Amino acid sequence: MSEQYLHVDPTLCVGHRICAELLPELIGLDDWGYPIISPDPIPRVLRRRARGTRTACPALALALDHSPGRKARRDTAVAAP
Amino acid sequence: MSIATRDLTRAFARPRSGLGPQRLLAGPKLGSGESWDEHCARLDGPISDRLRRVPPDRLIEAVRRSGLRGRGGGGFPAGDKLLAARRHGSGAVVVGNGSETEPAAAKDEVLLRLRPHLVLDGLEVAARALGARGAFLVAPSPAAWDSVTEALAERADRHVPVQLIEGPRNFVGGEETAVIRWIEGGPALPRFQPPRVVDRGWRGLPTVVQNVETLAHLGLIARLGPEWFAAVGTEAEPGTMLITLSGAVERPGVYEVAIGLELTKLLGAAGPDPKAVALLVGGYFGSWLRAPQIPGARLSRAGLAPLAASPGAGVMHLLPPGSCGLRESHRVVDWLAQQGARQCGPCAHGLPALAEAMGRLAGHRGQASEAGAQLRRWSDQIEGRGACRHPDGAVNLVRSTLAAFGDEIELHERGGCSGTRLSNLPLPPWELRPA
Repeated sequence: MSEQYLHVDPTLCVGHRICAELLPELIGLDDWGYPIISPDPIPRVLRRRARGTRTACPALALALDHSPGRKARRDTAVAAP
Repeated sequence: MSIATRDLTRAFARPRSGLGPQRLLAGPKLGSGESWDEHCARLDGPISDRLRRVPPDRLIEAVRRSGLRGRGGGGFPAGDKLLAARRHGSGAVVVGNGSETEPAAAKDEVLLRLRPHLVLDGLEVAARALGARGAFLVAPSPAAWDSVTEALAERADRHVPVQLIEGPRNFVGGEETAVIRWIEGGPALPRFQPPRVVDRGWRGLPTVVQNVETLAHLGLIARLGPEWFAAVGTEAEPGTMLITLSGAVERPGVYEVAIGLELTKLLGAAGPDPKAVALLVGGYFGSWLRAPQIPGARLSRAGLAPLAASPGAGVMHLLPPGSCGLRESHRVVDWLAQQGARQCGPCAHGLPALAEAMGRLAGHRGQASEAGAQLRRWSDQIEGRGACRHPDGAVNLVRSTLAAFGDEIELHERGGCSGTRLSNLPLPPWELRPA
C-alpha cells in the first residue's frame, strides 16, 4: 500500500487543539494553537491513530490521502513548544 | 462598488527601445484602445481564420513548446495548465483574470485599455484549445470594462461567448479560487486546494484561469508560433513581460521588457533617483533589493533567485531618498494583515502578529532585535499553512525586510531612524471584504 499523508484544511480548522493532543508525533501547534502537520508520510504504526484523530476533529478539518503536501515544508514543521 | 479610489486613472504605457521587442505594446500610438480594424490589419486578419485551420491539440502543443509561463505572479507553465484541464475532455471553462488587486500594479489595466483585442484573441485560443463552453473576463476597473465591451462589440465571429465581470477589489480576491467564487456570485475569498481548479473550478467544471497578459501572449503564439515567441527572453523563461514601475523614477509606468534584461537598463529607461533607498521587486509579496545588489541583476526568476527575489507579476517600486525601509515595510505588512480573508489560523492570527512585531521593529524604543527574533519564529510557523499564498507573501516581505535593512535595524535598536518622510506606496482603503 502506498504512503499516506495527513492534511488540514485551514479554512475549516478553528484551533480546537484536539489533534495535537491525540497525535503529537505528527502534529504540533503554532503560537496561536493551530496545528502544524508533519509533511512526512504517516509511519505505519501511527496510521490507525491518525484515522482516529481525523474522526475526532470537531471541525472535520483533517484529511488523509496519498498525495504529499503542496510543498516540502521546512524542518520546523513540528514546532518546538 | 467603489473603484474610484484606485490610483490608476491614468493608464500609462511606456514603449521604449533598448528593452527588448515591443510585442504587447506594439502597434498604433498608445493612448487609446486599438480598434478591431487596426488589430486585424497589423496581425494579418482575425484570429478565427487561424483557429479554423489548427486542431485544438496542436494549439496546446504549441503553447507548451513556447515555454510561456503565467504572468499573474505564480509563473506556472501555461501549456501544462491547458493540458491538465483538457484531460477531462472538452467543456472546460476559461477565465481571463485581469482583477489586478495588487495596488501598485497597472499592467492588466493598461493592456485591457490599450490592446483589448490581444487579450480577447488569447481568450479565444484558450477556449478553442479546450473546446470550452464559455469564457469569463474579469476587468480591473470601469475604464477597462468599457474598453473590453467596445472591443467585444467589434468582433464579428466569436468561437465562444465571453462574459465580462467587474473584478473584486479586496487583495486576496485576485487569487484564482477567489476569482472563481466571485464569478459564481459568492465572496471573493480563496478556498483550499485540492481539488485544483483545472479539475474542479467554476460550478465544478474544469477551469483554466489565466492572467490577461498570459492570454495576450497566447494569442500571439497561436498566430506566430512557439519559435517566434521563444526567440526573445531566456531559454527557461522565454518572451517579454510587462513591468509596472513606480516610486522614485522620472517616468513611472508600464514597460514591456525582454525577460532576462538587466535591471539597471529598465531603471535607466525610467530615470531613477540616484539616491533611492531600495527597490521593491515583485510587489507586496516581493523582496527588497538595496542599491549594491542591483547592478548585474537580471529580470527573471532565475536571475533574481540568488537575491531571494522574483519578478512576480512584474510590480516594482523604487523607494525614494528619506524613506525608512522598516517603516514602509511595516505599513505594507499591516495592510496585508488587514486584507487577509481571515479564514485560516495563520492569516487570522499570524499576520496581525507579524504586523504588530513589524511596528516594534520600525519603532524607536530599542525593541528591534527582539521583534526581529519573533518575526523570524512566526514567519517559519506561518509559511505554507494558509489555504492560499497570502500568508506566504507577507512572510516573504517580512524576511526580505529583515535581510535587506540590517543597517536600519541597528539604527532603530539605538533609538534612531533614517526616515524623514513616508513614501507614496499605494495602500488604498478598500473594503476589507466584498459584500
